[in-house]
Amino acid sequence: MSLSNRAPHTLLDRVNPVTRIAAAVIVSLPLLVTLDWVSGATMVGIVLVAALALGFGVGFITRRVWPVLALAPLAGLNMALYGKPGGAVHVDWFLVHVTDNSLRLAVAVMLRVLALGMPAILLFTGIDPTDLADGLAQVWRLPARFVLGALAGFRLITRFVDDWRSLALARRARGLGDTGAVRRWATMAFAMLVIAIRRGSKLATAMEARGFGTSRRTWARESPIGRPDAVLVVCSVLAVTIALVAAVGAGTFWAVWS
Amino acid sequence: MRPAQVRLDGWGWRHAGRAAWAVTSVSLRIEPGERVLLLGASGAGKSTLLHALAGVLGTSDEGEQAGSLTVDGERPRPGRSGLVMQDPDAQTILARVGDDVAFGLENLAVPRDEIWPRVRTALAEVGLDLPLDHSTARLSGGQRQRLALAGALAMRPGLLLLDEPTANLDPDGVEEVRDAVGRLVDDRQTTLVIVEHRIETWLALVDRVLVLAAGGGVVADGPPEQVFSAHAEELAALGAWVPGIGHGLVPRVPPTSRDAVLSAHDLTIGYEADRPVRTVTALDIPGGMSTTLTGANGSGKTTLALTLAGLLPALSGHVEASPAISPAGPRFTMLSRRVVASHGRFAMRSDETTTYHDEPVTPPNREAARTDPARWRSKDLLTRLGTVFQDPEHQFVATTVADELAIGLRALGRPAAEIAERVAELLDQLHLTRLARANPFTLSGGEKRRLSVGTVLATSPAVMFLDEPTFGQDRRTWIDLVRLVTAQLEAGTTVVSVTHDRDYLDLLGEHHIHLEALS
Repeated sequence: MSLSNRAPHTLLDRVNPVTRIAAAVIVSLPLLVTLDWVSGATMVGIVLVAALALGFGVGFITRRVWPVLALAPLAGLNMALYGKPGGAVHVDWFLVHVTDNSLRLAVAVMLRVLALGMPAILLFTGIDPTDLADGLAQVWRLPARFVLGALAGFRLITRFVDDWRSLALARRARGLGDTGAVRRWATMAFAMLVIAIRRGSKLATAMEARGFGTSRRTWARESPIGRPDAVLVVCSVLAVTIALVAAVGAGTFWAVWS
Repeated sequence: MRPAQVRLDGWGWRHAGRAAWAVTSVSLRIEPGERVLLLGASGAGKSTLLHALAGVLGTSDEGEQAGSLTVDGERPRPGRSGLVMQDPDAQTILARVGDDVAFGLENLAVPRDEIWPRVRTALAEVGLDLPLDHSTARLSGGQRQRLALAGALAMRPGLLLLDEPTANLDPDGVEEVRDAVGRLVDDRQTTLVIVEHRIETWLALVDRVLVLAAGGGVVADGPPEQVFSAHAEELAALGAWVPGIGHGLVPRVPPTSRDAVLSAHDLTIGYEADRPVRTVTALDIPGGMSTTLTGANGSGKTTLALTLAGLLPALSGHVEASPAISPAGPRFTMLSRRVVASHGRFAMRSDETTTYHDEPVTPPNREAARTDPARWRSKDLLTRLGTVFQDPEHQFVATTVADELAIGLRALGRPAAEIAERVAELLDQLHLTRLARANPFTLSGGEKRRLSVGTVLATSPAVMFLDEPTFGQDRRTWIDLVRLVTAQLEAGTTVVSVTHDRDYLDLLGEHHIHLEALS
């Protein structure tokens, strides 16, 4: 990965990874069940200010968020063309009904996609898998067998990428590279499966030989929860409350069930 | 730390779902502080025994036990026993050096404030002077094995079990690990059991040799000198490298003709355009000779071999095959490429092949394309450039051994009768006739290696590339391989081997290329 893509050091580094996940849930849940442009726009604004305040650079935010920026207008267009009709009709052709209502929906959906996507991307950026595992097991008390198994397995993924590449080159070397792509893929998938199971079981044996899964275990490193975590949670609740209150105040509040 | 005592009485183990016992009727005692080298034919159950002593064979779900096996009079358990296995990659558990060593201590529920001092001590003992948060992905094979050793050691085991700990390492790595183990057992406070067919490496360290029989039981047991003088030939035949009994092969007289069959100029190699592995200014592979390619870990030996073999397109520069071995036809294909803007360099996307017609082909361009192996059709490689991959499993595509050998010949459209004849001949040559109907993935390490070489021999390529062909092989397979390669050379084939193996270099280093380490 090139340098420019690496996660920058931000104030979020002082927060436990599981708190980041909690914060992402807190800000997105109320936004998932409401649909209006004011709360969306407010949230996007708050996230931008918060991201800059936390220490994310403008360049980094743009690079990470652009897939969402690209996606939002697409979701909006769909809504404009096919959204629930209502109010003045602007275009009416076959299944397409562009109305006041559908346009309002389109704007709201575009802002929703941004308001949901941006905080999630920025909060999950640069979480170290090891630290996350520490947090999941010690703070959230998920079973160690599951968390550490997943963490150790995660490391094998890079090996699997190399394996797949070698498998592809070997198919070319064996004279199977010219035709029969489906058959070739099948032989690669089978070999990959066998190799993955072998590697996985060797790793499991190595873990077992170090006493994994026998009984109670200790943790070499504390997964700390402290003031920064409390601050992030409080700020997330505040942010989402402000967004909803703004919507109610502006009279645009619209829950999806209403 | 207190050294452990091992006791086996008529012990045996049968893996769940298998008809045959992996080990039967082994009775022996290992006294505290003894250092034992465990030998035996492949399939005699050495690894099974070691895993049992490590306490990782599992419960009755995973197999059936006969007799008894105890460590200090108890069922073996991880912690009291420490195990280091063969594959450096498969036993690195966590992403940071410190965490990896601490892993066993956490599992043994060692209090947090004791963990880190023990981690630091263990790392110092194996001579790994690295920061605790150093990435385990950036370690060499020798460093990884020492890390695994530190992980076992931190648990303060009374019994240290090493299962071919150096089989997959280059000579420097072997020395690092051997020296680290030597320091650890120096005070006789650890009982040591090593499985390894490179006996010479461990000879000075062990005071007892145990030989398991393939059919069950112990065939020899005693001080090294005694066992090796009484059973030398027998052990050599089992595949062990017995001190004093070499491979018995002599280098052939290389031919004098040295016209290059392949040459490279101003080459930049790598898998992805934005991540070049290294550059090579100029290089020739002389025809009809054996070229050996050496270099430190990560110096790009494998990448270079794959590039010369026409499997990876060069990122820049040229690989040129001699016109004599290049395909003659006017129609050729190329690897699908994505032109990297403005640099005019190429990145490989997949091994998909497409007909090469999107550029106007002027005569010099056409000639250059004809002699560039990366642009040949996959089928054209079969009789020209053959490649034996480091991991045989990467190149298996069929469901039986016989089919595996036939596939290249079928791709060439050879008549069925000819294919059958050639396959039978190869099976015999590779000692695989008995296994003709077996699935390639179920073979032993040595059998897989021989089969992977056989798949390339089948279509008689003009140039044969071998990536670490002797890695982890026992003496019998080693000798088989060197004989096969020598026979190919005698038949006029050009051979290029990536290797670390000193004996192999002595016999086959007719033309030697050493890649300097990259900074």
